[in-house]
Amino acid sequence: MVKNILIFLLLLSVGLIAFDIFGAFTENKELSPTAAYYAENAAHEVGAANLVTAIVVTYRGLDTLGEVSILFLTAAIISFMLKFRKEEEMEASDLRPASELFITATQVFTPIILIMGIYIFLNGHLTPGGGFQGGAVIASAFLLMLMAKPRLQLSHRVIARVESISGISYVILGVLGIAFAGGFLDNRVLSLGSFGELMSAGIIPFIYSFIGLKVGAELSNIIGTMSNLQKENN
Amino acid sequence: MVQVILIIGLMLMLLGVYGFMQSKNLLKIVIAFTLFNTGINIIMVSVGYLADAKAPILDKLPDLNEIPNMVDPVPQAMVLTAIVIGLGVTALMLSYVLKLHQEKRSLDINNFKDLKW
Repeated sequence: MVKNILIFLLLLSVGLIAFDIFGAFTENKELSPTAAYYAENAAHEVGAANLVTAIVVTYRGLDTLGEVSILFLTAAIISFMLKFRKEEEMEASDLRPASELFITATQVFTPIILIMGIYIFLNGHLTPGGGFQGGAVIASAFLLMLMAKPRLQLSHRVIARVESISGISYVILGVLGIAFAGGFLDNRVLSLGSFGELMSAGIIPFIYSFIGLKVGAELSNIIGTMSNLQKENN
Repeated sequence: MVQVILIIGLMLMLLGVYGFMQSKNLLKIVIAFTLFNTGINIIMVSVGYLADAKAPILDKLPDLNEIPNMVDPVPQAMVLTAIVIGLGVTALMLSYVLKLHQEKRSLDINNFKDLKW
């Protein structure tokens, strides 16, 4: 009882403080100097129609590299922590099989979801979306497959290869920027192309494809590890 | 207008705080943390809002020295990062929950008193 009152008091005080701040908040009338710089020059310097992509992949590309490494670290820690026994040692699990309807729907939808994910990361510089979103969509296809067929084993070797090759290619593309353009992860290695085309904005489509593959592999790895642990628990 | 979105974000945040202070189930605590995370993300995006501005996606190349009428893209790029980090944190929390459940076959936080003094 006392605990509930304390929680209520805490919520009330946080709410009051924040309400005060938000009540006094007035939206900006114009862009801040940094944002104005990006708005004015990003389309000419980077050539991407989606300015958020221009910032994430080119202006703040190093941060994105760090972000991808954080995701990799998460996947690594999870597979280290949830270490499971070898496949042959695993006893036959008595997980309830999925329904016929669900399995059929999975067979229909998995390729569509995979293509959707690829579409999202290939068009990251033109439309809302990008490598992280596309990677998450691809991983959701694997999640659906694991739910439909609980005994399915995602091949760790394939996942690890896809992940490391795309990670290394990302860094190599960044180093190419030092050699042929202005600096690390500069996208002007290839020509900027005509604005709004699929093959425009230099190497952004390639970088985002590698990020998408890497994120998709990492998330699938996390999902696969968790599902293995669940099988072991049963 | 932007105040409405700020208040929605604040309410989500408070709901998250209430959730992880009050629930006993470990999975519900994880869900509450993601709610908290989502509330903060909504607030961060709405801070970059400008009245009557469009999304920062251009449909044609602007002229030189022309600033297109659009909202601030910087908070959006930051929130993209924050979402990914949030996803990593959620995955880690879920795997801790799996591990804890494997130890004691229970999701009730009251059963985990080994470090309580």
